[in-house]
Amino acid sequence: MTATSLARSRRAPRTGALTLGSGLGLGVGMIWFSLIVLIPLSAVVVKAQSGGWDGYWHTITNPQTWAAIKLTVVQSLLVTLVNIVMGTLIAWVLVRDHFFGKRAVEVVIDIPFALPTIVAGLVLLALYGPRSPIGVNIANTQKAVFLALAFVTVPFVVRTVQPVLEQLDEEVEEAAMSLGASKFTTFRRIVLPSLAPAIGAGAALSFARAISEYGSLVLLSGNLAMRTEVTSVRILTYVENGNTAAAAVVASTLLLISLIVIVLVDVIQRRIARRD
Amino acid sequence: MSIQVRGVNKRFGDFVALDNVSVNIPSGSLTALLGPSGGGKSTLLRIIAGLEFADTGVVEIEGLDATNLPPQKRNVGFVFQHYAAFKHMSVARNVAFGLEIRKRPKAEVRARVDELLALVHLSQFAGRLPSQLSGGQRQRMALARALAVEPTVLLLDEPFGALDAKVRKELRDWLRRLHDEVHVTTVLVTHDQDEALEVADEIVVINEGRIEQIGTPDQLYDEPANDFVMSFLGPVTRLGGELVRPHDLDLSTSDPGGAQLGTITRVSRVGFEVRVDLEVADEPVLVTLTRTHYNGLGLEVGDAAWVRPAVGAPTVISTGREVRAEEPVSAHPS
Amino acid sequence: MTEYVTVKPRRGAWPMRYLFRFIAVAYLFMLVAWPVSLVAKNTFADGWSSMRKALADPLVTSSLRLTVYVAVVAVILNLVFGVGISLILVRRRFPGRRVLSALIDLPLAVSPVVVGLALVLTYNRRDGWLGTTLEDHGFQVLFANPGIIMATVFVSLPLMIREVAPVLEEIGTDQEQAARSLGANSRQTFLRITLPSIKWAVVYGGVLSLARALGEFGAVKIVAGNVAGRTQTAPLIVEQRYQDFQQNTAYATSFILAFVAVACIVVVSIIRPKGNL
Repeated sequence: MTATSLARSRRAPRTGALTLGSGLGLGVGMIWFSLIVLIPLSAVVVKAQSGGWDGYWHTITNPQTWAAIKLTVVQSLLVTLVNIVMGTLIAWVLVRDHFFGKRAVEVVIDIPFALPTIVAGLVLLALYGPRSPIGVNIANTQKAVFLALAFVTVPFVVRTVQPVLEQLDEEVEEAAMSLGASKFTTFRRIVLPSLAPAIGAGAALSFARAISEYGSLVLLSGNLAMRTEVTSVRILTYVENGNTAAAAVVASTLLLISLIVIVLVDVIQRRIARRD
Repeated sequence: MSIQVRGVNKRFGDFVALDNVSVNIPSGSLTALLGPSGGGKSTLLRIIAGLEFADTGVVEIEGLDATNLPPQKRNVGFVFQHYAAFKHMSVARNVAFGLEIRKRPKAEVRARVDELLALVHLSQFAGRLPSQLSGGQRQRMALARALAVEPTVLLLDEPFGALDAKVRKELRDWLRRLHDEVHVTTVLVTHDQDEALEVADEIVVINEGRIEQIGTPDQLYDEPANDFVMSFLGPVTRLGGELVRPHDLDLSTSDPGGAQLGTITRVSRVGFEVRVDLEVADEPVLVTLTRTHYNGLGLEVGDAAWVRPAVGAPTVISTGREVRAEEPVSAHPS
Repeated sequence: MTEYVTVKPRRGAWPMRYLFRFIAVAYLFMLVAWPVSLVAKNTFADGWSSMRKALADPLVTSSLRLTVYVAVVAVILNLVFGVGISLILVRRRFPGRRVLSALIDLPLAVSPVVVGLALVLTYNRRDGWLGTTLEDHGFQVLFANPGIIMATVFVSLPLMIREVAPVLEEIGTDQEQAARSLGANSRQTFLRITLPSIKWAVVYGGVLSLARALGEFGAVKIVAGNVAGRTQTAPLIVEQRYQDFQQNTAYATSFILAFVAVACIVVVSIIRPKGNL
């Protein structure tokens, strides 16, 4: 399997068209991707439709499920708004400011991305839970949901904005200043429009991540029905009760949002590439 | 005097970019800051613009002490080598930017933009994005943008450096004609001596953070102050410890007096010129003369010949500071 | 005559620079740095006893072993298929290429719980699309290692490709064409030219995949059945121990996982010229 998927053609292809070797490789790769990703995700979609539209509505409008969806979407939107502001600010500091320990800041930003989500929950409990050294205990409240989502989405806006900011031609800002624009006006009218697509992409990824979050909320939010239960917990409950159809209904809703986000980010990133 | 610079010093870490530089730029003139890369000319321009600040010294613009003023307050127009176009704005919005910042009425802004686009021949591109323009067109837009706010001074930092040779030449002529029409005090930074000689009223030669000479193109070419200026502005060859122009050397078959004897090592014909390489006292010497003149001498490779500078030709003592044909590109900001 | 503004701004200084710096650092400190450091503090509050107790528990060590095993297998699979798919995506044109490229990012945006459900629906023995067939051949996916590996590969699949593909794109085919003109065949070109030129991207992708694979929780929980000693990975045992009020063990195991995750980031940050993930 290794040799086939990595094989290159014997004749150097002139136009980059598929050759026998790479065609086989593509086929193998597609089978792999289908087995692991495409087929399972399709199974969810199909299962979701097994009860027809009635079944779908019945599940979605179940009070507990609806409460979970509302909570998830609202908190995710709030977190995304915070990330838009903080992410841009942090990216600005990373690119334009120079101070001792900046490297450490870069590492800290990526920790939420690499940390196991269950550990993230534990980590936040340590500071903001029952044994908090600063006496702040928000475990089992909606604030805990917000906190967990803010934690796991830290890197997203920062990492999409940072490369764009780095590429920004400082001469363009100098031109604006030589024409009389203040620093703030320059930022507002010249820099921000250039950053807008990157911020949008980061916000979309941040939102997708937030609505999908599970592990960090398990210990931190208490999963109290109707109050701090998020969509992913609801899906798990359905699965554990054997009601895979209902689980699939809710899951396919999340899946649809994920798909929209992915397409949106792809479109935005092409626009960024085309601007230059 | 439009711009006065007095005693300006600037260091970047250990690197001395400008060393006690003083220069006066007359109102309404087109002055070129000429010199090799890394020599300090761009730094000086940026200090005049307020994009950099001198460590010590004074900058006065039209009698006003601008030394500590930020660029917004200096009313200078600046044109960058790589255009610095506002990519997300149309050509017309780019040009209008300075006026919009100053909150001028919309009608006035529109009229001025139209006027300037007509001046730079970009009227039909008003609604396009900069990415849809060629390099030369973008630079013309940048000029229009800088002129829109009626600056006291127009500063151009190697404005044609990113363009190919033909466009460069066209824009060079066009800039001269524009200046003749608009008469704004203009300072142009360039490392291309042909550009400076063709376009400028006055040239300031800057090298290694110091001013080598200031003068008109003719003065610099015919009365160079030292070997660096002479070699930077035109071809030179060394004879008897002096630098002289290859076309100012006389070649003869007998000693006319005060000449040196050498052996011809190579002869190449380039167009109407003949280039004769000689070895005189173990040193290479280049003489250029017309075909007719050379043919009249009847000399060939291997022959002996007498070389001396023509009467009245400018010569300069060689101190080793002359510019060689291949200059390494400096890593320091220029 | 305009007024003088006798301010001496330093090069590159802008107003509120210190305020921004403070806000950024304070936010990251309160949200990430301090909480994470508390895991270390709580783990070693009584010296090494928590750690020793945790590692003495055979279920804990078996969960760690399982986690490492699954992660390593997943990384190897991601390496092989990731590099292969990257090569085909970048160096070849075929219908649907753009769609595939976008779909590959899908696992990054999908909830782990949805991943688990998807795998259960496909591979369960009773009515799974593929599960029934596999069951006939005696191959068990769910509640066994293959399922855990699959879930882990799902969530970490894009990471290698997102590191390798852009690098392949950037370095272009010039070197490979030069090698061919000098007589190298496909295999030689790949081994001697292509692979070395992407080696750092492969390392970054591998380290990121590893960190992600070690930490997967939600998907594995659904797919594995959480059977202690057999299909319980380290993140799962952290949850269980915490809910059984054995918080010290939970913290100790968390510390190990967190330490490895942070080590991964630090390693990438050090060997990478710009420190960007």
